[in-house]
Amino acid sequence: MAASLAASQRIDVRQDRRDARSKTLWIGGGALLMALYPFLDNALGINRLGSFMAIFVLVILAMGLNIVVGYAGLLDLGYAAFFAIGAYTNAFLTSPTSYFVRNDYIPEFLRHFWPALILSFFTAALFGVLLGAPTLRLRGDYLAIVTLGFGEIVPTFFLNATTITGGTLGINPISAPPAIPFFGGDLRFGASDQRNWYWLMLAVGLLSVFLINRLYDSRLGRSWQAVREDEVAAASMGINLVRTKLLAFGLGASFSGFAGSIYAAAFQYVHPDQFRFSVSIMILAMVILGGLGNIYGVIFGGLLIASFDRILVEVLRDPVQSFGRTFNIPFLENHDLSQDRFLVFGLALVLMMLLRPGGLIPNARRRAEMEPESEEIAAAESESLYDARREQEALAGERA
Amino acid sequence: MDFNAALFTQYLIIGIASGALIALIALGYTLVYGIVELINFAHGEVFMMGALFATTVVATVGVTNDSSGVAIVFMAIAALLASMLFSGLLNAGIDRVAYRRLRNAPKLAPLIAAIGISFILQNIAIYWKGSNPITPPSLIPTEYVRYNVLTEWFGLETRIRLRVLDLAVLGVTIPLLIGLTWFVYKTRTGKAMRATAQDRDAAALMGIDVNRTIAYAFLIGGALAGAAGMIAVYYNNSARFQMGFRYGLFAFTAAVLGGIGNLAGSVIGALCIGIVWSMSDGFMSQYIEGWGAGWTPAVIFAVLVLVMIFRPTGLLGEQTVDKV
Repeated sequence: MAASLAASQRIDVRQDRRDARSKTLWIGGGALLMALYPFLDNALGINRLGSFMAIFVLVILAMGLNIVVGYAGLLDLGYAAFFAIGAYTNAFLTSPTSYFVRNDYIPEFLRHFWPALILSFFTAALFGVLLGAPTLRLRGDYLAIVTLGFGEIVPTFFLNATTITGGTLGINPISAPPAIPFFGGDLRFGASDQRNWYWLMLAVGLLSVFLINRLYDSRLGRSWQAVREDEVAAASMGINLVRTKLLAFGLGASFSGFAGSIYAAAFQYVHPDQFRFSVSIMILAMVILGGLGNIYGVIFGGLLIASFDRILVEVLRDPVQSFGRTFNIPFLENHDLSQDRFLVFGLALVLMMLLRPGGLIPNARRRAEMEPESEEIAAAESESLYDARREQEALAGERA
Repeated sequence: MDFNAALFTQYLIIGIASGALIALIALGYTLVYGIVELINFAHGEVFMMGALFATTVVATVGVTNDSSGVAIVFMAIAALLASMLFSGLLNAGIDRVAYRRLRNAPKLAPLIAAIGISFILQNIAIYWKGSNPITPPSLIPTEYVRYNVLTEWFGLETRIRLRVLDLAVLGVTIPLLIGLTWFVYKTRTGKAMRATAQDRDAAALMGIDVNRTIAYAFLIGGALAGAAGMIAVYYNNSARFQMGFRYGLFAFTAAVLGGIGNLAGSVIGALCIGIVWSMSDGFMSQYIEGWGAGWTPAVIFAVLVLVMIFRPTGLLGEQTVDKV
């Protein structure tokens, strides 16, 4: 028994190494392709760099939400609120039209992209901790509703506090990062330098993948999974539940704030409608569709849903309408695919929950739980405490 | 500015009427949560679908505000029953298709499915009635729209207005609440529901068909939401695919405020939320500069968050313990 276990572990190690190598290859290849895409976009006249920028931000958001929902198992339905807080923090600090800048409340050195980015990160983290500290002891579904309530309060505030936020007008312009010296030339980040923005976002995305992967394997990441699987067991192993959950919540929030800040700067504009409940649900749908807890699954799910939201809706509109005209289907003739957004998010959530709760690319650990490798393990897992106790009692009886 | 008692009373009347409406929706959350511990996120959309269905029924039958009084009353009752049936079956159907399969899944799975269904229903409503607000076919005779019960019936000289519509809301809600109480506490099915809520396994061992009992809870909750939908359409004189989101969340807040799982609590919570709603929409702007109806959701959700933090059991709720 012991020997075979050791042998299987040895095989596991080798397998892991092979997996890791092919994974690196995949990511490297994918990143290289994406880095070269702007040249293709230019050469073929596709003009979709702006859409891709938005998609990257959404995918980064999905990775951040995955920390909260996938790793720590806390359902956050108001994730867009932290996105809004990050975006508005940047706008308040750097926009020449912002209330705080006009009244000279902001010191000169803070009115730039990089300090604002860092501050957005910490502001969102602060709000995450402020919301999380009193609520994380709530049960899972109650926590979900509290975050939803918070997620509605924030855009309502930005919409109605017109003196400082401009209400429905939003705030623009927002300061862009200064030019970065690069091989003798300068990488500028003006409104027309979409290509540089694209690369910046790709770089931020890859950095996030790296950081989140390191986090997942860290002591903290392992405690998150332990808490997710069984709070009582985790607590009795010495994990501080409050601290662990709060870190997940705060880190997830700061991630969102960080992405919001970049988003605001890249599109030079913030508006309360960009952060509505449907955005939170879109990001949740990405995480669920791709695979809770698996960062590559989440990236895949994020790319699918975000590219539907930002590209396919527009690209497919004319073909669908002409299809409707050709085959005389009145419903499709004037159909605008952007009306189908909610259906897509909703179906992604429902079908995944019913048919494939692990997501399209499930997390290995979760898959192991759902589909045990051998019948022996499955039997051992499904054996209840009651059976074990009865066996023990029977043994004790024999001895007596 | 001095306290304006007449204005306050006026908004109190509106608040009680909206509170009664919210109570009907909140009871659906409470019934379902009491039994399966699921926040039925799609409940607001079931209410919205009932509202849209009521407009379709009235438009199809073709009774308008010019028809005879008897026809109008019958039409209103028929539309009410039709939308109750529709929403009830819709809610029970959703349970059958989605939630029942997730009964033994981790707790967040049915909640996520419910969120998905709420989005799907909203999208169906867009296909059905478009994304702009619609005005229901007129049913209330014109002379009754601005009719003030206080001056016409009681001969009071007052600027406070109590409309027939306000009375109609209460006239529908109160019998439904009495009927629900009777059903839950006096009938066999009601007893089965209470038993299932207490302990599902023990109830099953006693021979209760748990799945059917849960389906009844969804059916009744949905029917109450359908009734609320029919009333809301005519009370607000508009309907839209998004109306379920706000009403649903306000009603959920009411259920939590009263203590989710507790029927009387939900009604009390709903009246509180209704009054807070109407005060925030109208009364507050008289006293606070820059205040408008736009702030109302923030106020209600702040109530939600604060109740959840400081008294998650609500006003009348009992302590529920997380099962290991």
